[in-house]
Amino acid sequence: MSPRRGALLVLAVFLSACLDPAAADQPGSVEGYTIAGRIKIDAASAKGFGLPAKTSNTKVILNGGQKVTFARPDGYFAFHNVPAGTHLIEVSSLGYFFSPVRVDISARNPGHIQAALTENRRVLNELVLEPLKAEQYYEVREPFNIMSLLKSPMGLMVGFMVLMVFVMPKMMENIDPEEIKQAQEQMRNSPVPSFSGLLARANS
Amino acid sequence: MAPPPRRLLLALVGFLAAAALATLAVAVYEDQVGLADWHQKYIGKVKQAVYHSQKSGRRRVVVLTEENVIASLDLRSGDIFWRHVIEKNDPVDQLSLSLGKYVVTLSSGGSILRAWNLPDGQMIWETNMQTSTASKSLLHVLSNNKVAKDNLVLVSAGQWIYAVSSIDGVISWGKEFTLDGLEIKQVTQSPENDIVYVVGIAGSSKLAVYHLNAKTGEIIKDIQESLPGGLCGEMLLGSDNRLVALDETRSALYIVEFKGESISYKKVKISDFVQDISGTVKLLPLMSNGIIALQSSSTISLLKLQGLNGLEVIHSFDRPAAVSDALTITEKDEAFAVVQHLGSQIEFIVKVTSDASNEIIREKVNIDQHRGSVEKVFLNNYVRTDKSHGFRALVVMEDHSILLIQQGAVVWSREDGLASIVDVMASELPVEKDGVSVADVEHNLFEWLKGHMLKLKGTLMLASVDELAAIQALRVRSSEKNKMTRDHNGFRKLLIVLTKAGKVLALHTGDGRIIWSNLLPSLRASKSGEMPSALRLYQWQVPHHRVMRENPSILVVGRSGADSVAPGVLSILDSYSGEELNSQRFDHSVVQIIPLTLKDSSEQRLHLIVDSNSYAHLYPKSLDALDSFVPEMSNIYFYSVDIQKNAIRGYSLQKSSDLNLDDQYCFGTKELWSINFPSDSERIAISETRKMNEVVHTQAKIIADQDVMYKYLSKNLVFVATVSPKAAGEIGSAAPEEASLVAYLIDAVSGRILHRVTHHGAQGPVHAVVSENWVVYHYFNLRAHRFEIAVIEIYDQSRADNKDVMKLILGKHNLSAPMTSYSRPEVMVKSQSYFFTHSVKAMAVTQTAKGITSKQLLIGTIGDQVLALDKRFLDPRRSVNPTQQEKEEGIIPLTDSLPIIPQSYVTHSVQVEALRGIVSIPAKLESTTLVFSYGVDLFYTRLAPSRTYDSLTDEFSYALLLITIVALVAALFVTWIWSEKKELRDKWR
Repeated sequence: MSPRRGALLVLAVFLSACLDPAAADQPGSVEGYTIAGRIKIDAASAKGFGLPAKTSNTKVILNGGQKVTFARPDGYFAFHNVPAGTHLIEVSSLGYFFSPVRVDISARNPGHIQAALTENRRVLNELVLEPLKAEQYYEVREPFNIMSLLKSPMGLMVGFMVLMVFVMPKMMENIDPEEIKQAQEQMRNSPVPSFSGLLARANS
Repeated sequence: MAPPPRRLLLALVGFLAAAALATLAVAVYEDQVGLADWHQKYIGKVKQAVYHSQKSGRRRVVVLTEENVIASLDLRSGDIFWRHVIEKNDPVDQLSLSLGKYVVTLSSGGSILRAWNLPDGQMIWETNMQTSTASKSLLHVLSNNKVAKDNLVLVSAGQWIYAVSSIDGVISWGKEFTLDGLEIKQVTQSPENDIVYVVGIAGSSKLAVYHLNAKTGEIIKDIQESLPGGLCGEMLLGSDNRLVALDETRSALYIVEFKGESISYKKVKISDFVQDISGTVKLLPLMSNGIIALQSSSTISLLKLQGLNGLEVIHSFDRPAAVSDALTITEKDEAFAVVQHLGSQIEFIVKVTSDASNEIIREKVNIDQHRGSVEKVFLNNYVRTDKSHGFRALVVMEDHSILLIQQGAVVWSREDGLASIVDVMASELPVEKDGVSVADVEHNLFEWLKGHMLKLKGTLMLASVDELAAIQALRVRSSEKNKMTRDHNGFRKLLIVLTKAGKVLALHTGDGRIIWSNLLPSLRASKSGEMPSALRLYQWQVPHHRVMRENPSILVVGRSGADSVAPGVLSILDSYSGEELNSQRFDHSVVQIIPLTLKDSSEQRLHLIVDSNSYAHLYPKSLDALDSFVPEMSNIYFYSVDIQKNAIRGYSLQKSSDLNLDDQYCFGTKELWSINFPSDSERIAISETRKMNEVVHTQAKIIADQDVMYKYLSKNLVFVATVSPKAAGEIGSAAPEEASLVAYLIDAVSGRILHRVTHHGAQGPVHAVVSENWVVYHYFNLRAHRFEIAVIEIYDQSRADNKDVMKLILGKHNLSAPMTSYSRPEVMVKSQSYFFTHSVKAMAVTQTAKGITSKQLLIGTIGDQVLALDKRFLDPRRSVNPTQQEKEEGIIPLTDSLPIIPQSYVTHSVQVEALRGIVSIPAKLESTTLVFSYGVDLFYTRLAPSRTYDSLTDEFSYALLLITIVALVAALFVTWIWSEKKELRDKWR
């Protein structure tokens, strides 16, 4: 193996077990590095969504389509022959929102790879990509609810009308007839606050 | 006036705006899927097919297609079990099965080997190998008769050969042959022992044969021989130590025989035993029991090797015909199939190699006429209950469709040409006729009665299978959305698509079914082997007043060869029936097609076709067209973008003075202006213009402080983006310091640069969309290492002082002055940019009938989904803290990145694999637009960017409305009776 080969992240122990034999057997060194990582989709976060949490259609995309690979059943993926520089890894998996990952491979310091999520600038110690959130593509239908119907403007209006029609006469009945008479008299005595009256008062 | 009410009003408006924002997403409920949308999955033209072994019991076939798709299909129905679309820059060359449970694919010139799980398509492992580039790669899975745990997969390309374990993808050995310039041509395996034969050629004439130990890769024997006269590279190695190779001139065959250490060969001329052979001769990969197949341009010949003495012709088939690979049926015997055309039918012949002069099966199969000729055939056998062999075959046709034929009939077919759509347009359906003749009524009555009888039978469960199908078909036809007539809302249309194979298909927007299809004869491969290419679709004739009785027609333009200087071809099709009305072969090439707004007296659209010598040709070639064209000629300008020379040029037309004097439909062009970008710092990445048919409703924009801004609405606005040469490559290749992107807004008539902006540290790929007075473009920001979407809005400053009411009243304004490119208006530009999470594959903008509805951007993301993003998020007037007035206007507070709301994916939970294009077609209803996106899959849906404000939604509950009315009437009666009673009681009191 030449010094410019294989640069694995913290997962090196496991990865070297699964990838390195293949790499070591390759005759002739390849100009470039290997970016290896893992996609972790928590099955629990997928609940409620119609699609099963399967990795079979999870694509891992390097630099907007320069290289595309698929995740294995255990979630591991690898890009080979990647030159030094700053790269972008995107994950496309239906039902999940993944942040793109910025990966820096330094040419001066072989084997040193840095990774950070571009969405929230979180630095990754190991290249384990987890969805930021599960995506719900459908609007959730509210179940029929009598309260929501009543709370709607129509419902409130109907409620108010019912109140006026049935409750107000009852209230009127409960008031002492003498008090009503008194009130009526008072009304008659005091001048009706008419518009002209208001104007007159404003002028005076 | 009093402030409180104003505040109340503001609050209300704010509430409404918030409510509008909350409902920005055009979400669907899960149970609405399939009501207004449809999704169709395709795979593309099959280039390799491998059947599951008989023992596994599953009737499946794994195919590899030219669209770079690997898929597992159900042999009974043609349905897709699973499918993977591999990226275009990782072409898959070979496909094979291993251990009966893995699909092994070899891609990228033999450097990437992947294994997929056969039942569900999950990738199991991936191995990278280093090979010499630019050589044909080969894949050979060692068959193992012994019960072994592992199977080796041999991969070879150029000088390299690798053996890879098919269980975990570990390379067990790799070998580079030392012979200079060796190219491995074939790898076979001896049936008895663990020896692998590798045949290659070095240079043009040196033949090398190696015997390798399959377990270790050791060379056991190596034979090299120079053949005089050279080799063209096509050769076949039989298992019986014989090799057949074509010589350099493709006119003679070498028959080489290996006996122990010795090698002996003989050269035989093909013309000696095959009569009238013409064109390029090819060796077809069929070789067993000494039978080989030779293909010339007119025939396919089956030949039998007779030792070194020569060949004998067994049978000759006229092309178009196809021969399958040999299929082992018994230990010694192999079968192969030949399919040839017989009038309107195809003939399916199966022969065995031990007795090739006889046929096991000869069946005639009826096929659809619009499928063209047979291109490939893949044979498969099955064991019948009486232990005899039955045969079926997958047949790949010229229009890229595949058929499964068995027992003389087509069991199923797939229209896979739709995976490679070149161009799309929408066409109206016929108008529903009001006046119906008596005969029609009688006919209809009879049909109606019959239909009801059928339905009755269906409900009583008396219907047979055929009748059930008829009922289903009736339902589909009578269903409102699938009718074959124009509807009031303009939702029902024909989507006319042109595929790479030169087939034009019309899809109904209701359910995506194919209404008609036509494989255009002018776009079919000719006998001489040149492959025409389909280019574009245009509206040719849309009948109005005078020619109302005629059907609308469409124009298909193509080239008769792959080269851009190849002469063009033209076809005109009836858009209701797909019939070809006219076809023509040009005597000039096609570089640019300019549909004009002019029409001749028969309502045919005029088109200018510019050839490679910069002459413009007018179509249709009629005097009538010329009459309407010549007066307008001085007003016609066009521009061309020359990526090679890194320049944009503007032209006008003039009467041609030289050469084509006799052709009055040919015009010369005059270069008016040109913009040459400096090649050392800028390369053209993209150029984009407004859609020709876009409608804009308002010229001005009223902003919050009662001010007016006039949009700069010019049809001649061109957006051009250039990137620095170092940043022209992929994302990881350039440093931020050396990358820059320059965006230009150019007037295409005068060549004036209206606006220029440089984004430092930005690079492509650039995607852009131009609409009304704005441009939105997507690029990569290297400094932030994120994608960005920028918006530029352009306003006309010269009209800005038209705000004075007095001026307007007195007519001292320039609003009625025509918008023209001849003047140089002052423009004002506003721009802003935002982060966007995903890579983009395609971008489009919604189009509505009158342009009143607010716009949405349709963004095809890297995950093959289409996201609808409101244009309000891309408004340069957004600020971090919008004022109260701006909030009222609906300006969203500025955020650094654009929101991705999962509910606003118009493709909801489906993916349009390998998305290439998005088309928005206005419906008649102003609020609604029809969105069609295509790639390997097709997806269609209806979209209402500002909700369906001009119609009730499908959601609307008519039942609730009725119930409410009934309840109100009932309440009215009850209360009336109550009040009557109360009055009566009061009177009695």
